[in-house]
Amino acid sequence: MDFDLTEEQRLLKESIDRFAADNARDPAQHGGAGDGAALWNGLAELGVLALPFAEEDGGIGGGPVETMIVMESIGRSLITAPYLSTVVLGGGFLRLGGSEAQRAEFIPQVADGSLKIGFAQLERQSRYDLYDVATTARREGGDFMLDGRKGVVLGGDDAGLLVVTARTAGGRRDHDGITLFLVDANAPGVSRHGMPAQDGTRVAEISLDGVRVPADRVLGEVDAGLPLAGRVVDVALSALCADSLGAMEELHRMTVDYLKQRQQFGVTIGSFQALQHRAADMLVAVEQARSMALYAAMMAEEPDARERRPAIAAAKAQVNRSSRLVGQEAVQLHGGIAMTWEYRAGHLFKRLTSNELLFGDTDHHLREVAEAGGLVEEI
Amino acid sequence: MDLRFTPEEIAFRDDLRRFFREKVPAEIRRKVAEGRHLDREDIITSHRILNAAGLATPNWPVAWGGKDWSPVQRYLYTEELQRAAVPLPLQFNVFMVGPVIAAFGSEEQKRKFLPATANLDIWWCQGFSEPGAGSDLASLRTSAEKRDGKYIVSGQKAWTTLGQHADWIFCLVRTDKEAKKQRGISFLLIDMKTPGITVRPVITIDGAHEVNEVFFDDVEVPMENLVGEENRGWDYAKFLLANERTGIARIGLSKQRLARAKRLARETEAGGRTLWEDGDFRRRVAELEVGLKALEITQMRVVANQRHRDADKPDPASSILKIKGSELQQATTELLLEVAGPYALPAPEHDRPEGWNEPAVSPEWADAAAPLYFNYRKVSIYGGSNEIQRNIIAKAFLGL
Repeated sequence: MDFDLTEEQRLLKESIDRFAADNARDPAQHGGAGDGAALWNGLAELGVLALPFAEEDGGIGGGPVETMIVMESIGRSLITAPYLSTVVLGGGFLRLGGSEAQRAEFIPQVADGSLKIGFAQLERQSRYDLYDVATTARREGGDFMLDGRKGVVLGGDDAGLLVVTARTAGGRRDHDGITLFLVDANAPGVSRHGMPAQDGTRVAEISLDGVRVPADRVLGEVDAGLPLAGRVVDVALSALCADSLGAMEELHRMTVDYLKQRQQFGVTIGSFQALQHRAADMLVAVEQARSMALYAAMMAEEPDARERRPAIAAAKAQVNRSSRLVGQEAVQLHGGIAMTWEYRAGHLFKRLTSNELLFGDTDHHLREVAEAGGLVEEI
Repeated sequence: MDLRFTPEEIAFRDDLRRFFREKVPAEIRRKVAEGRHLDREDIITSHRILNAAGLATPNWPVAWGGKDWSPVQRYLYTEELQRAAVPLPLQFNVFMVGPVIAAFGSEEQKRKFLPATANLDIWWCQGFSEPGAGSDLASLRTSAEKRDGKYIVSGQKAWTTLGQHADWIFCLVRTDKEAKKQRGISFLLIDMKTPGITVRPVITIDGAHEVNEVFFDDVEVPMENLVGEENRGWDYAKFLLANERTGIARIGLSKQRLARAKRLARETEAGGRTLWEDGDFRRRVAELEVGLKALEITQMRVVANQRHRDADKPDPASSILKIKGSELQQATTELLLEVAGPYALPAPEHDRPEGWNEPAVSPEWADAAAPLYFNYRKVSIYGGSNEIQRNIIAKAFLGL
């Protein structure tokens, strides 16, 4: 049992923290826009775009703890670059499901910053069920023809490559019959409509109308894409927990600083016990979230879904609950200033809220924990 | 970074797991599992089994029967003890007065008290709180005046847990009324058989006799029963309160209760199926399990961090463990109450009429659920109430 960072992890943390602090997004300046090309190139130069890939694929060989370090920093700094969609999700699909040829083609482009990836999964009816897929892929000659509509495609706006879930067999809610495709985002039949999301990131609606995808762009096995999607989404959930942790730490720090500065009735408002106790409860929530973000990182690469799934679900449920409390309390304890667009706290609150709704809200994950039989049994 | 235990630690855990289950009588463990009160003999029996195996006082200095365990080993010990529903070795002896005597007592006090304390030949109780000194402990007024080479102790102590069984009491008493309130306090050991001491039971809302009031009416105490220096008692009390740092969350106990609640829910009919098949119920269990898992890892972080910290300084993280740990302990007793449902209503130990041979409608375990729930409201009050813990966090962590 050991919670210390290795020397290499400490160095990574120092460099990404410094970079993120220098590039922290100021929402008042940027409005709804993303971070731009300079930041993405900076991340590439730091090496963090190559972070999770194996060395023989041109990566650095980092694991979920390294990803956690990066995501915590990104969340704290409100960076909106599509790291989650490109490196964690897209990279996760390539790492865990890509053929040798697919890895050789795409991983170097992700690592050097020239390729962004979007994950096209959500449909009108699917909500949090990865297996609920109406988009179809039918065989035509040696190729597949994709038809369907995807929404809230993370990083879909300026991605060069899309990972698309489509149904090759079975009914809409069958677990079998789902296939993952690597789709050129500029292929004929793909139309995109990009938009800003609540947290300042960019998402897209994507229409697939008879998009021809060659068979060598199938990721993993035909009809058996769901377990891979589940694995990669769990890796992403672990990363999201870290992103939220970073945002919560920052919100709590800002709130406590504000309590020490803001004067009313001739004293700093931090001298009021009613507010002290709420700030203390925020800290308890942050520490509970930190514990579960660590737990998620340690379980994220577990291949056995029966072990991994309840652990990741529990982590997301706890981080979500902590996020809700820390976000709402930060706004309340700040008062009116946190309601303004020009002040950072409100944007951190929005980041936390958006993260809560990605890949399963609290109810969804608690149900997953319950259906797995829970976490504690008699010995 | 690694959450796993080493193979040596797992072997250590498995040995303890086996020992606790094989050596501590099942009947005693059943009472603990059901949350029933133990009688004096149960506590002594279990404590002495542990002590004979060197497992009652692992936190003590090795010279006095302690173990040179790592923080992880201590953590595993506490976890396994609680999961096996073994009664904790008497806390007043093991975590309170024993370490204080070992650290600050005279050689003579150590020889006289420590072996007998380890074996529960002496049963200690704690004389800290008073009617007017609860959260504000330093305002205590029980006085010890020096007269004819003795201390004359007068005053009243409150909430003296299991004082009815105690042979000795360790007290905080005021020896200097002029000094600032924390400065004039001393740590005194008093034989409960001394004339002038009266113990009066206080029955708690669960109907149990667990706590007492202890009155001191000009009680003569030999000077040699002072621990350490006069007027330094507050420092020793702080040392004592910091001593039990990670056991306070009682995660093993909450796990054992949750696991038991799940088993009972699988055996309990509700709405034509088992209670376990009720999605709302399972979701509530999942919520508690998630919070408990988070706290378990928080505790492991504190344990792992101990090797970077000065062992004698209290870790403010223990306030987080206290708040969340007590909330979860209470939530598990609430859950058990709701599993028992209407069958929890009959009071335990009611007498059946002569010749009544009908099997009871309520399951046998159900009558302990309500008293346990009522009793556990105490855990967010004692040991520094959860509001005091929030004050500590605000001051020590947040600088407010």
